[in-house]
Amino acid sequence: MPEKIIESCNVKRLEILDEGGNADESLMPPLSDEQIKKMYELLVLSRAFDQRALNLQREGRLGTYASILGQEASQIGSAFALEKSDWIFPSFREMGVYITMGYPLHMLFQYWSGDERGVKCPEGLNIFPVCVPVGTQLPHAAGAAMGVKYRGDKKAVACYFGDGGTSEGDFHEGMNFAGVFKLPVVFICQNNHWAISVPREKQTASKTLAQKAFAYGFEGIQVDGNDVFAVYKAVKEALEKAKKDSGPTFIECFTYRMSDHTTADDAARYRLKEEIDNWKPKDPILRLKLFMEKKGLWNKQYQTDVENKAKEAVDEAVKMEEAIEHPEPKDMFTFTYAKLTQRQMRQMKEL
Amino acid sequence: MPKLNMVQAINLALKEEMQKDKNVVLLGEDVGKDGGVFRVSEGLLDAFGHERVIDTPLAESGIVGAAIGLALYGLKPVAEIQFMGFIYPAIDQIFSHASRIRARSRGRFTCPLVVRAPYGAGIKAPELHSESSEALFCHMSGIKVVVPSSPYNAKGLLISSIRDPDPVIFLESTKLYRSIKEDVPEGEYIIPLGKARVVREGKAVTLLAWGSMLHRTLQAIEDIDAEVIDLMTLKPFDEETILKSAKKTGRVVIVHEAPKTCGFGAELSATIAEDAMLHLKSPIMRVTGYDVVLPLPKLEDYYIPTSARIKKAIEEVMKY
Ligand SMILES: Cc1ncc(C[n+]2csc(CCOP(=O)(O)OP(=O)(O)O)c2C)c(N)n1
Ligand SMILES: [Mg+2]
Repeated sequence: MPEKIIESCNVKRLEILDEGGNADESLMPPLSDEQIKKMYELLVLSRAFDQRALNLQREGRLGTYASILGQEASQIGSAFALEKSDWIFPSFREMGVYITMGYPLHMLFQYWSGDERGVKCPEGLNIFPVCVPVGTQLPHAAGAAMGVKYRGDKKAVACYFGDGGTSEGDFHEGMNFAGVFKLPVVFICQNNHWAISVPREKQTASKTLAQKAFAYGFEGIQVDGNDVFAVYKAVKEALEKAKKDSGPTFIECFTYRMSDHTTADDAARYRLKEEIDNWKPKDPILRLKLFMEKKGLWNKQYQTDVENKAKEAVDEAVKMEEAIEHPEPKDMFTFTYAKLTQRQMRQMKEL
Repeated sequence: MPKLNMVQAINLALKEEMQKDKNVVLLGEDVGKDGGVFRVSEGLLDAFGHERVIDTPLAESGIVGAAIGLALYGLKPVAEIQFMGFIYPAIDQIFSHASRIRARSRGRFTCPLVVRAPYGAGIKAPELHSESSEALFCHMSGIKVVVPSSPYNAKGLLISSIRDPDPVIFLESTKLYRSIKEDVPEGEYIIPLGKARVVREGKAVTLLAWGSMLHRTLQAIEDIDAEVIDLMTLKPFDEETILKSAKKTGRVVIVHEAPKTCGFGAELSATIAEDAMLHLKSPIMRVTGYDVVLPLPKLEDYYIPTSARIKKAIEEVMKY
C-alpha cells in the first residue's frame, strides 16, 4: 500500500509595511488616521519610557530592567487590538503592552525600582503582573480562557512570551489545553531571536515558531514583528476569531532584541555587532514615520510635539514615582494570605 | 596560592574535574558561550567544547531530566539552574525521579548528578531570583543538599558532590559569589559531604548556620564565647558535630534565610530536642526569614535576618 500524506501545514508570514514605509494597501487593516497617529505616539512614548528606564537604572535608581528596544511594534501593535476588558498575561518584557493598555507609567517605574506596590493593576484593566518565570503564564492564559468560555463572555485572553519561552514544558501544556478546549486565547510570541545568550536556532529545530501551533490543532502565523500594521491585523483577527468562539491562534512576531537581555547582561559577549546593525534599518518607529510622512500625517512639527508630549509624560511619571514614600517594612506581610496568620503577627512585631 | 572568589573557585573545581574525568559534562541555560550569567563556567566551553559544555534550550525540567538520563547512562552531569527560583519547573524530575531511581531499580540504576543553583537574597534582584528553598529538597529522601560558605569549601565540596554516587543539589549564595576571596589551592582536595565545620570554638552558645548566613552570624558574635558551626551539607547533616556542641554549650541559636515555618532550622531544632534535651539550658531559638513571599528589593533588607536580630536571639538564650 502506498504511503499517503495525511496532514501538512503551510506557515504564512504577514508583512504589510516595508522598511521604506510603503504599505500593501490590499492588506491594510481598517485604521483611521487618528488611530495611526495614536499608534505612532504610543511607539514614541514606549521608547521614551524605555530609554528613561535604562538611564535610571544606570543611575542606580531602578533595579535590573529588561529593555523593549526594537520590539515596540510587536507590543504596541498587538495591544492596540485589545480591549480593556480582555485579559492579558505578559512576561517581563512587555512595557509597551502595559503602556498601550493605559497602565500608569509611574507604577511601572515603581515596579522596576523594586517596590511591590507598582504591580497592583488598576481597576478596569486585567493585565497580570510581570511574570518572571519564563513560559509559566501560558497555562494561566488557557485557564482564564476556559473561564471566559464557561461564562460565555465576549472577551479574549492574550498571552505574551518570548522565543525562549517556547522551550518550557508549560508552553506545551498551555498550548495543548488551548487546542483541546478550543479556547478564546491568542498566544503572542515575540521572537526577538535571543534568549539571553542562546540564539533562536538553538532553542528549537523548527524552521518557524508559528508552525508549532499546527501540532496543537490550531493556526499559527508569523508576522513581521517590526511592522505595526501586520502585528495589529493578525492580532485583531485572532481576537475576533476568539470572540466568535472559533478557537486559539498563535502569532509569532518576528522581531529583534536590540538591547542587552537586561541591564545585568552584556550581549557583546555572545553576539555580533553586525547582526544588530542589520536590524537597525528595520526599526519599527522609523518605518511608520516614513509611511505617515507619505500620507501627510507626519511633519517635523508633529514629531517635535509627539516627542515633547512623551518626554513630559515620562518626566511626570518619574516625578510621581520619586514622590512615593518608601514602603513600610510591614507591607511584606500584608498580601501573603487574605488574613495574617498568628505567627505572621508575631513576626511583624520584630520589625 | 591563588586568592579566588567563589565564582572562580567553583570554576576551578569544574575545570579540574572535567580534565580528570571525561564523564563530567555541564549543561544549562547560557552556560556555554556566555559562561553562565554569573560567569561560573567562563572559559569552559573553549577548554572542553560543545559536547561537554552544553547550552540547552530554556527548559529546566528538560535540563534536569536530561541530566538524569546522562547519569543513568554512566556520565556525570553537572546541571546549572540559572537561579534557585527557576528550579521549580524541574522539581518533578528531581522528586519523582532523581531522588528515587536507586530505590526504584534496587540499585541497578543510579543517578550521580549535581544540580548547581545560585540561591539567596541580598543582591537586589528581581522576583524569584532570591529564593532559599533548601528545606524542600532536604525533605525529599534520596537527594543530598550542599551549601558552601566560602571559596575554599565551595571547591572541595563541589568535587565531592561530582564524585558522589547520588544526586546532589549544590546551592551557591549569590551574595557570597564575589564578596570573599581566600586561598584556594589548585589541584585536588576534598571536603567530604555530611560533615560540618566548627568555624570557631566556644563554650557559651552554639550557633548553627550555612551559606551566606554563616557570615551574618559571625558578624553578630563579637565578644561572645560562641561556638559557630557551618553545616555545609544540610542533607545528610552532621548530627554528631551538632549534638556534641549543643551538649557542650547547652544553648543553641539557628540562623537561616528561608522562612521560619518548616525551614531547615525546624529539623535541627527537633533533632537537638530529641537527643540533647537534658543538656539544654534554654530553649532553642531560630532567627530566620519571615513567613512571607520574599519581597522585591526595596524591602529585601528587612526580610533577611540581620546581625541585630541574631544578637538579640543570642542574648535571649544567654540570659535564660
Ligand atoms: C523558568 C525560568 N528559567 C530561567 C529564567 C532566566 N531567564 C530570564 S529571561 C530568560 C530568557 C528568556 O528568553 P525569551 O523567552 O526569548 O524572552 P526574551 O528575554 O527574549 O524577551 C531567561 C533564561 C527565568 N526567568 N525563568
Ligand atoms: Mg527572546
